[in-house]
Amino acid sequence: MQLIDKRLNPAGKSLPNRQRFLRRARSIVRKAVRDASVERGIRELDGGGIVVVPASGIEEPHFHRGQAGRAQHVLPGNKEFLEGDRLPRSTGGASAGGSLAGQGEGEDQFSIVLSASEFLDFFLEDLELPRLERRKLAAMKADGVRRAGYSSTGSPANLAVLRTMRNALARRTALNRPRSSEIIELEAALDAAQARGDEQACAAMRLQLEGLRTRTRAIPYIDPIDIRFRRFEVNPRPVAQAVMFCLMDVSGSMTEHMKDIAKRFFMLLYVFLNRRYEQVEVVFIRHTDEAKEVDEETFFHSRETGGTRVSTALAEMARIAAERYPLDSWNIYAAQASDGDNERGDNMQAISLLRDEILPICQYFAYIEVAEPDHEASMSPLWKIYENLGDDQPAMRRVSTRQEIFPVFRDLFRADAEASS
Amino acid sequence: MNALLFDDSDWSFSTIQRVHDEIEKIACGEMGLEIYPNQIEVITAEQMLDAYAATGMPIYYPHWSHGKRFVQHEMHYRKGMSGLAYEIVINSSPCISYVMEGNTMAMQTLVIAHAAFGHNHFFRNNYTFRDFTDPAGILDYLVFARNFIASCEDRHGVAAVENVLDAAHALMGQGVNSSPRRRRPDLKTEEARLRERRMHAEKIHNELWRTLPRGAAAPAKAPDETLVRKLLELPQENVLYFLEKNAPKLPSWQRELLRIVRLMAQYFYPQRLTKVMNEGTATFVHYTVLNKLHERGQISDGAFLEFLTSHTNVIMQPAFDSGHYGGLNPYALGFAMMRDLERACLAPDEEDRIWLPDIAGCGDPMGALRDIWANFRDESFVLQYLSPKVMRDFRLFNLLDDPGEPTLLVEAIHNERGYGRIRSGLARSYDLGHADPQIEVAAVDLAGDRRLIIHHKVQDGGLLAEKEARSVLRHIATLWGYDVRLQEVDASGRVLKEHNVSPPQ
Repeated sequence: MQLIDKRLNPAGKSLPNRQRFLRRARSIVRKAVRDASVERGIRELDGGGIVVVPASGIEEPHFHRGQAGRAQHVLPGNKEFLEGDRLPRSTGGASAGGSLAGQGEGEDQFSIVLSASEFLDFFLEDLELPRLERRKLAAMKADGVRRAGYSSTGSPANLAVLRTMRNALARRTALNRPRSSEIIELEAALDAAQARGDEQACAAMRLQLEGLRTRTRAIPYIDPIDIRFRRFEVNPRPVAQAVMFCLMDVSGSMTEHMKDIAKRFFMLLYVFLNRRYEQVEVVFIRHTDEAKEVDEETFFHSRETGGTRVSTALAEMARIAAERYPLDSWNIYAAQASDGDNERGDNMQAISLLRDEILPICQYFAYIEVAEPDHEASMSPLWKIYENLGDDQPAMRRVSTRQEIFPVFRDLFRADAEASS
Repeated sequence: MNALLFDDSDWSFSTIQRVHDEIEKIACGEMGLEIYPNQIEVITAEQMLDAYAATGMPIYYPHWSHGKRFVQHEMHYRKGMSGLAYEIVINSSPCISYVMEGNTMAMQTLVIAHAAFGHNHFFRNNYTFRDFTDPAGILDYLVFARNFIASCEDRHGVAAVENVLDAAHALMGQGVNSSPRRRRPDLKTEEARLRERRMHAEKIHNELWRTLPRGAAAPAKAPDETLVRKLLELPQENVLYFLEKNAPKLPSWQRELLRIVRLMAQYFYPQRLTKVMNEGTATFVHYTVLNKLHERGQISDGAFLEFLTSHTNVIMQPAFDSGHYGGLNPYALGFAMMRDLERACLAPDEEDRIWLPDIAGCGDPMGALRDIWANFRDESFVLQYLSPKVMRDFRLFNLLDDPGEPTLLVEAIHNERGYGRIRSGLARSYDLGHADPQIEVAAVDLAGDRRLIIHHKVQDGGLLAEKEARSVLRHIATLWGYDVRLQEVDASGRVLKEHNVSPPQ
């Protein structure tokens, strides 16, 4: 008997097949991921996990009988039946018969475990950032050197030996340079002929040998034209980076529920930007009747009282952008969350700021109006003035429950959103 | 009194070796089993899942359906909905058994007796396996199949290969010759044969022939119907074989893919024919071996009790009205029948002399069983050897489900009048020719539009599930390249239903 310990063999033999399966089931898995994501929190979004997909799109068909026709079953466990008994179809006997007849139709749906990145891939698939531009970044991220073929000049350290020898061999073969073995053979033959004293053969061979040697001298083993060097190129890659401004109204009218919705939206946007850009910075600006840049913790959790002046936040954003994020190297995204209140006197100022300063520098400006779940949708002051911007108006959506966040987010970043926004 | 082979539950390689040698003495020495050389491989749970996905084979070609099976098993396993098998055994020579690293030593003993001796003996001796499979060549062939399919993927793209494999998989059930051919397929020469065919094609290919002027077209003649049928070997139950040989538009690599799938279907076919016997044999062997080891004091009472727990779990047969019922358990039925035959050989009663006349009281149970294991499959085994005692123990009864009747009829129960009918009824349920739909290629319209005509021979009025049948037909049409018509025909030749499918453009 042979006893083999296979435990140390590489695991994951089935992973390629699993990938093939996921590729095959792409569309239905994507739909399942969307459905599943409605019920998830944002933090869980990063965690992958189980999705349930219907087996319908990925079945492997084969011929089998639909209804069994006249069928006879042999079953174990008879307790009370006698020959000739007739049983109604709804009893245990019937269901047993039914389950026999229905063989092969069992799997209606099954679950797939997705890793975090697979889950996000499916979730964010076919979403596109509007007006995505790869703006060049300062040289700090410029990547090092990269192979770029061969050149005929270079430093000896970069000599490409294989390539050089290949060229030399090709040239020697093409020019028919005698091989050293031929010369050695001929010399041996010459010696033998000399020993025999066959002068005529000796003379012929000497002549031949002379010819070979001349050729050998004329055609060098390695010629300067054979020599190749590995060529390297400095390869600065433009690295796109983005900054995301989160603007939120934190005045007393914003409830925890509203903030929670806003937070979900911001985090989703962050996850999304993070996958598109190598570097994403986030600036949190909260405002009541005055605006302030704060850290994340304060942004989401501290309470403030006061009025609501949107223009202050917009002005603060414009100031920070001008100061720290020059347009030629940063993509600027902004998302504003508010319950829609604004002091009446501030509207004109807000709109001119938005139109003249913010929108021109932004790749995308999304406005999320959050509301209590049972709140009736009515025109809020802010919504009205943003709407008045006409063609320039930011992407606007109203959200009142957690479940709406994902659909609204998808809606805002659909691949064809560019045209409508 | 013998010394214990092992006294704690942890296994080690040396204990496994010792136990294997001891079992070999009993199984091959006393029970007279003949086996292929054993190769036992210890694997992890994860590797067991991989093996599941590849239908138990150590090497298998890549395909998404294997990934699908992997995902399903993995899910069930992770959720704790199902445990993993303790072992997987492969019909190959040497006979490879996978055992799990998580098994206790008592379990390893059970598994080795069950797989490495029980199944191994059955694979080597049963006539269906001897006729249909080539255990010495299977692993080489799997390597060839995997490499060939990988090279096709390189040359023609994954999607193109997948299309053909999908179609071939859909026809796997229609890819076997149910009666063995005279020549056994020698899988080892498959690759050489393929290379030879290609070389030949290259050799006879001559560009010059293309420029030869064509002669005047011969007057079209209606092909001789009987000759055509003979040449095409019609009717043909092996649809995959028919397509491989006769589909007009397939390039040769696609024919080879069909051939690979067909040979795999043929390789697995005996396992479907002998589920009850195969498991019954293995269970009987492990039960006998473990009992002997215990009687001789080579395994402890504790280990024996652990074995009995697993054993009784395996041979549990829930009643038809229990929630756990999932058909007759092949382990339970097979084991009960083997034990019953052993009893009838040694201590027959009057009933046995009537129902099991050829073995009752023969006194050599192992000899009788070895003979049965070699020469029967489930259908014939049940028909010949299901005794009244087993029917009574299982309390079997026949239930007739006639869609024309409002109620179900209990046709026979385990009494004097019913034994015969239960026996033949159960045997019929193991007859694959009865259980699977009977599909055959009936005709090809060579003079007309090359339509392929396939018949389903309807039995007892059971028509095919239409939606899936149409999907399979689409696959056939893809391979055939022209229209395909499926006719569902009853015994009198009347067409009950017709499906027409055209190949995708």
